[in-house]
Amino acid sequence: MRKLALAIAVIAPMLGHAAWAEDTIKIGYIDPLSGGGASVGEGGLKTFQYLADELNAKGGILGHKVEIVPLDNKTNPQESLVQAQKAIDAGVRYITQGNGSSVAAALSDFITKNNTRNPGKEVLYFNYAAVDPSLTNEKCSYWHFRWDASSDIKMEALTNYMKDTASIKKVYLINQDYSFGQSVRTDARKMLGAKRPDIQIVGDELHPLLKVTDFSPYIAKIKASGADSVVTGNWGQDFALLLKAAADAGLKVNWYTYYAGGAGGPTAIKQTGLDHQVFQITEGFANSGNQTAMDYEKAFRAKVNLSLWYPRAVNEMRMFKAAAEKANSIDPVKVAAALEDLKFEVLDGGTGFMRKDDHQFFQPIYISSFGKLAANDPFDEENTGWGWHGVSKVDTAQAMVSTSCKMTRP
Amino acid sequence: MTTATTSTPNVTGKPAGGNLRFYGVWLIGVIALIVLPMIFSSGGSLTSFSLIGIAIVFALSYNILLGQTGLLSFGHAVHYGLGGFAACHMMNAVTSHGWPVPLPFIPLFGGIGGLVFAMIIGWVMTKRAGTVFAMISLGIGELVASSSLILRSVFGGESGVTTDRTALPKMFGWTFGPQLQVYYLIAFWLVLSAVAMYALTRTPLGRISNAVRDNPERVQFIGYDPHVVRYLAFCFAGFFAGIAGGLAAINFEIANSAYLGAIQSGLVLFSTFIGGTAYFFGPILGAILVTYLQLGLTSVTSVWQLYFGIIFIGIVMFSPGGIAGLVMMHRPLVRAGTLWTVIPSYLVAIVPTAALAFGVILTIETIARYSGGDAINLFGIGFKPTSPVTWISAAVLVVGGAFVARVTWRRIADAWDRAATVARDRGYLA
Amino acid sequence: MLELVVISTLNGVLFGMLLFLLSSGLTVIFSMMGVLNFAHASFYMLGAFFGFQLTKWIGFWPALVLAPLLVGAIGMAVERYGLRNTHKHGHVAELLLTFGLAFAIEEIVSMIWGKSPLDYRVPALLDFPAFTIFSTNYPAYKIFMLAVSIVIFVALLVVLKRTRVGLIVQAALTHPHMVGHLGHNVGRVFMAVFGVGSALAGLAGVIAGPALVTQSDMAASLGPILFVVIVFGGLGSLPGAFVASLVIGLVQTFAVALDGSLASAFGPLDPSAGPSVLADIWNVTIAQVAPIVPYMLLVLILIVRPMGLMGTRES
Repeated sequence: MRKLALAIAVIAPMLGHAAWAEDTIKIGYIDPLSGGGASVGEGGLKTFQYLADELNAKGGILGHKVEIVPLDNKTNPQESLVQAQKAIDAGVRYITQGNGSSVAAALSDFITKNNTRNPGKEVLYFNYAAVDPSLTNEKCSYWHFRWDASSDIKMEALTNYMKDTASIKKVYLINQDYSFGQSVRTDARKMLGAKRPDIQIVGDELHPLLKVTDFSPYIAKIKASGADSVVTGNWGQDFALLLKAAADAGLKVNWYTYYAGGAGGPTAIKQTGLDHQVFQITEGFANSGNQTAMDYEKAFRAKVNLSLWYPRAVNEMRMFKAAAEKANSIDPVKVAAALEDLKFEVLDGGTGFMRKDDHQFFQPIYISSFGKLAANDPFDEENTGWGWHGVSKVDTAQAMVSTSCKMTRP
Repeated sequence: MTTATTSTPNVTGKPAGGNLRFYGVWLIGVIALIVLPMIFSSGGSLTSFSLIGIAIVFALSYNILLGQTGLLSFGHAVHYGLGGFAACHMMNAVTSHGWPVPLPFIPLFGGIGGLVFAMIIGWVMTKRAGTVFAMISLGIGELVASSSLILRSVFGGESGVTTDRTALPKMFGWTFGPQLQVYYLIAFWLVLSAVAMYALTRTPLGRISNAVRDNPERVQFIGYDPHVVRYLAFCFAGFFAGIAGGLAAINFEIANSAYLGAIQSGLVLFSTFIGGTAYFFGPILGAILVTYLQLGLTSVTSVWQLYFGIIFIGIVMFSPGGIAGLVMMHRPLVRAGTLWTVIPSYLVAIVPTAALAFGVILTIETIARYSGGDAINLFGIGFKPTSPVTWISAAVLVVGGAFVARVTWRRIADAWDRAATVARDRGYLA
Repeated sequence: MLELVVISTLNGVLFGMLLFLLSSGLTVIFSMMGVLNFAHASFYMLGAFFGFQLTKWIGFWPALVLAPLLVGAIGMAVERYGLRNTHKHGHVAELLLTFGLAFAIEEIVSMIWGKSPLDYRVPALLDFPAFTIFSTNYPAYKIFMLAVSIVIFVALLVVLKRTRVGLIVQAALTHPHMVGHLGHNVGRVFMAVFGVGSALAGLAGVIAGPALVTQSDMAASLGPILFVVIVFGGLGSLPGAFVASLVIGLVQTFAVALDGSLASAFGPLDPSAGPSVLADIWNVTIAQVAPIVPYMLLVLILIVRPMGLMGTRES
């Protein structure tokens, strides 16, 4: 026991906060780095560190070095707030986060309160992956900026694609029972109903989040419904197990997904052998055909040993730099003002812009399918030998949604 | 499933002047709470202190069940979480209706939230103790956590219920916006709850709870119903857990399903046991340590879970009485005045033991960072995880440290035995 | 309707047997030693990762034998050097030891194999549809899992009830001193029991790994459902655990298959005029609550019949 008491005493002095140089721009990266979501969180961290290195190699932002401060939130909203407070106390003025809409909602609320209570010490929140529409609608905040397409934008793009695909006749919706899954489901019903009233929605299922080990009963229902397409927002094990159960039962449908490309997704698809039957909606993908983006992907993979999951993170960091230069300041208040309505050439080509009304970034959206690589598709995923193949590009104008945000401006 | 701890009423039979010492301890505690933020005034430490305060109230409430009544619960966070939700809803209601309820009274509503649920569910739950109770609590915990995602109008789905603590009526001109004011609010409720819970252990109910823990049959023979006793203890534990939840709701200004979950229940079980269930102050120490580790470890190492696991395995194996048990082991020696005979062997043991710990940390970090190649920084000494120098020094530290440490530990044991024998001879029980 | 019933029954039985496979080791440990082994799911995870690694090196079938043995050996070490010393401090200490162990194992696994899901495949020999009912395929691998579960059940039952070893183990549980006086090494009996339980968890890992997702959080995601199975079935009752697995498997499967909610059953009595929380309860479908049904069953059975479905004692 004494050994342990001593071990604790030995560790204790290490627990102090690291001291950072004053003139660096510290970006607090709050995402899971341990536990269930860690594989995703680590990928994001490596991406942001790569981007910071890239910026620093070119002289940083207005001469300031950019540093990513990793903070582990264990996908827990309370823990995120503790980490955010810790970061702010250590001088962080920019926070970026992506995994978990519940975390995002808590953070957005926390930062808004922080900024009201501590004028002169404002903090900006750059959201790179939390897609709950409420963050740019009823819960919108002036201090929150989102670079990922929210789930309703993605659905808008997807349904614009689906309405021109005559072979789709019967659609089955299966989603996780939480706010994101629910918004996928309601948006799909609403938008499909408006654009292709002839498409039948033959099933609409919500299942508990990350609690289902056996999806075969759900597959049996999909099969019985006679659906030809399934729309799902499932991610992680809920996606992998759903697909495995479908392949086991011999279900032949097309899968329209949000997160098939997430960590472990490609591995799961390859295991099931569903060749070009799984589609995903993203703001960019490896084999997008855009030469700049593909060169970038190649350099990124060579260094980080991961696929570039987040082209939006590239957009985020580059736009941050553009906004800081436009404002000629790294003060969060000025950067926020400069970001509003900023137009930007995104990584995969095409123009996007940060809408002032709700701080949502609008950009071209791609539909791609996963399967055996075609001749002009150089990149595979997760060493499976399979990769994404472009199916359709939905332009920015076709991927816009209205907002109900009534923003309180400082 | 009763704890193997024995009841040691550490106040009864106290010598004259014990009263003074007893109040002195509490007074020192209160003064420490007031002075702490003046010494460590950075925002980070204020946040940590606030969290530790909440964790202490929560762990003390858990010890009413585990330590005093012998009920092992896997779902104590249910009361904590419901308390948090009750507090959040109350704060929102106060704001929207303009009721004259200032913020400092809000934790009471949290407590009521926890209490009401305990009263409803407790009667059937506490029918039996042991494994049956443990498993029902596990089931209830899982049910409530899952239902909180289904009953969206009350629990706000997974994004939870948010609130604004500064919108409530002011008291003494405090807005409770700054963390310092929140800290003092938490400290106030911490003292209040701790005194109340301590008083509870001195009441007949507290005593009979101990009896129910140790031998429910005899309690029945002397005319008490163990079921009723367990139920009452359960209600009190729920009430104080609710207060802790209410404080958390004030601190975070949000309540969500993570409050109710298994992780929260597991943490409080950890804190309480690690601190030591046999003494009132045990859970306090445990809550401080666990919260500190939770906050601190994550920022220095990516494999904090492993250290967490190792520390807990170590404490369970080598000091099953928890930290408090370890501290109280020295009491007879202090009284008998033989403690000084042990201290030299402690001092001798520090060096090899530290070397061993250092080696273990270095080994773990080397393996963890081998692929990433990040440098390891231990007390200002830099190590490269890919360099053989690091591997050799880690191996030397572990093997050499372990070898020498074993010898010194044996010396400690010998010195301890001698000191304890002397203490026993002088009439102080070891 | 017939299709629904047949398919759901099949799915339910298959899922139930998977549950039994996962929980059989826990039943052995819990019922023989009274230890709430929270690291059981971690041993299961170790089994899956060892299985993956050994499959890569020497193929699936040798791995099926070797990986559980390895996990069993680790389990025995844990019992010998950890639990045995902790035993005298009571069940809570034992439980916390396994708690800490679960933390450590998860981190060690992710240190070695990373945090992303591994590509652990069903062996080629079993990668074909065994039969087709109502145009739904049933893969041979699932049938294999079913067979293994039944073999484990029968083997454990025979060993415990029909052999001398089983009698000694059972006696050691209730009368350790007497068994010790009769010349048996009680410590070794417990070590062996824990080893067998862990090995069963490892076996479950090797087999379930390809069917589920092999990832460093697979232990945590399994959750306390296994405790539900063995407590619901009755502590110390192997047939109870078997029946409980089946019941829970079938109940969950049928809950998903039946697309009902209170709203659809009593449509006209919509309480939308009442508080909104009622509307929440009203509109939730049975499928949505399927995974929490086992916990409801657990709480109900413990209130009504504390010894569980087929148990003979309470703890």
